[in-house]
Amino acid sequence: MTIHIPSALRSYTKQQGEVEAEGRTLADMLSALDQRYPGIRFRIITEQDVIRPHIRIFVNDQQLSHLTTQLQPEDRIYIVCALSGG
Amino acid sequence: MKPSIATASHGAVTLLIGTRKGAFTVTSDRTRRTWKLSAPMFLGHIIHHIVADPRDRRTMLMAASTGHLGPTLYRSTNAGRTWKESPAPPAFPKLPESEKGRSVGHTFWLTPCHANEPNAWYAGTSPQGLFRSDDGGITWKPFSSINDDPQYREWMGTVQDGTPDGPKLHSILVDPRDPAHLYFAMSGGGVHESIDGGRTFVPLIKGLNVVEGFEASTVTFHDPHCVRLCPSNPDRLYQQNHCGIYRLDRPSDTWVRIGKNMPKTIGDIGFPMVVHPRNADQAWVFPMDGSTVWPRVSPGGKPAAFTTKNAGKSWTRQDKGFPKSSAWWTVKRQAMTNDTHDPVGLYVGTTQGEIWASRNEGSTWTCIARHLPEIYSVEAVALGR
Repeated sequence: MTIHIPSALRSYTKQQGEVEAEGRTLADMLSALDQRYPGIRFRIITEQDVIRPHIRIFVNDQQLSHLTTQLQPEDRIYIVCALSGG
Repeated sequence: MKPSIATASHGAVTLLIGTRKGAFTVTSDRTRRTWKLSAPMFLGHIIHHIVADPRDRRTMLMAASTGHLGPTLYRSTNAGRTWKESPAPPAFPKLPESEKGRSVGHTFWLTPCHANEPNAWYAGTSPQGLFRSDDGGITWKPFSSINDDPQYREWMGTVQDGTPDGPKLHSILVDPRDPAHLYFAMSGGGVHESIDGGRTFVPLIKGLNVVEGFEASTVTFHDPHCVRLCPSNPDRLYQQNHCGIYRLDRPSDTWVRIGKNMPKTIGDIGFPMVVHPRNADQAWVFPMDGSTVWPRVSPGGKPAAFTTKNAGKSWTRQDKGFPKSSAWWTVKRQAMTNDTHDPVGLYVGTTQGEIWASRNEGSTWTCIARHLPEIYSVEAVALGR
C-alpha cells in the first residue's frame, strides 16, 4: 500500500513523499515502515501505542485512532501533521 | 578519592545553543573577544539541550523534538560537524491499556556519567523520568526504580503541577569522587540523592521553602529550578529554587537560604545558577521578578547577574554592559553557563534570542549574538587547552 509522508518526516524517507509498506493492521504497517526507516514510528506513535497529539492518520478518507485497524493492500495511507504550532 | 581541582582551559570557546526553533553554535577566537555565529542546525526543531562529552571531547548529544513529532536525540561523534539520530531515545515501558502508561514528551536534560564510565550518559525527561545510555547515547533505558515507583510517581505530581511546557527531571549531578553518588531534581518533586548508584534515592528537601500556603514537608510541592555541584568541592551544592537561593554543605542535609542576603528590591527568585569551576565560594544567579503574578523578567527591566564570593553571605550586582533600562529579559534554567578559563567566562541566553558574554567573571558584559529564536539552553565547550 502507499503511505503519504508529511514533509516533517521525510528526513527518514530520503525526502520521498510517498513510500510503500505492507501490513494487515496499522500497527503492522508502522512496524514495517520503521524497519525500513528506523526511528520514524516513535515520532508518530508514543511508547504507549497512541498516535501523538499533533499527528493524524487517514486511511483513504477515514481518520484512524487505533493501531488495531485492519488495512487492505489497495489502501492509501496519509500521515498528516495537524495544523498547529507558531 | 579527592576531587581534582580543574585546571583552567585556554583558547577558543564554543557555545552550544538550544532554541525553540533550532540549534546554533557561536565560537570565539582564542581571546574570547570576537565571536562567530553558525548557521542554524535542525532549523524548526525544538532543541532542549546540547551537551559535549568532556571525556572524549568529540561526542555531543542533542535533545530534540518538534511541534508535531515525538521526541528524539541526535548524536555527533565529530564535535558537531555531523549528527545521527538515536534509534532508541528515552521512552517509558509500554504498559497494558488498562494501566496508565506514561509517554516521554521530550528529553530535557543531558549529563555525562562519571569520568570512569566512558560512553555512559544520563537523561532527564518531561514528564519526569530518569534514563541511562551505556553506548554513547545511541540507545537508552529507564534508569533506577524511580520512574515506576508509586511513591516517586506521587511526588512527581501531575502535568498540572509542573512547569508550563511539562514537568521535568533535571540537574542530574554525578559526584566526581564516586560514580555511585548521584543527585537529581524535579520541577516539581524536589531534590533527591542516591549513594548506591541509583538503586535507591531519598529526598533532600530539608530547609527548602515552598509557595506560601503549601506544606513544606510534602515533596510534591518542591520546585528546584537549577541545582549545581561545585567541581572544586563536591560536598557543596548550590540551588536556585522557585522559592529562593540555597546552599548545602554535606554531610548536612539542610539547605541554607543564602538568597536572604540578596538586596530586598531584587529578591532571590530566578531560574539558572552557575558555580565557579575552581572556587566553591563563588557562584552566580540571574534574578527574575517574583512579585505579584510572578512576571519572571529582569526586576525593573534592568538585567543583572549577581555573584557571591563568600558562599552566599553577600552578593554583588554585575550589570556593566547590560541595558540600563527597559530590558525585560527572561533567562531560563539551562540558559546561563560558564567556561573553565581563568578568568572564568560567563554566558547568558535570553528568551528574546540574545547571547551575552563576560570574559571577566561577570565584571563586564557584551552581546555576542542576537536575533536568535527563544533560547532554551547554553553550554560552553573549550576546544583547546
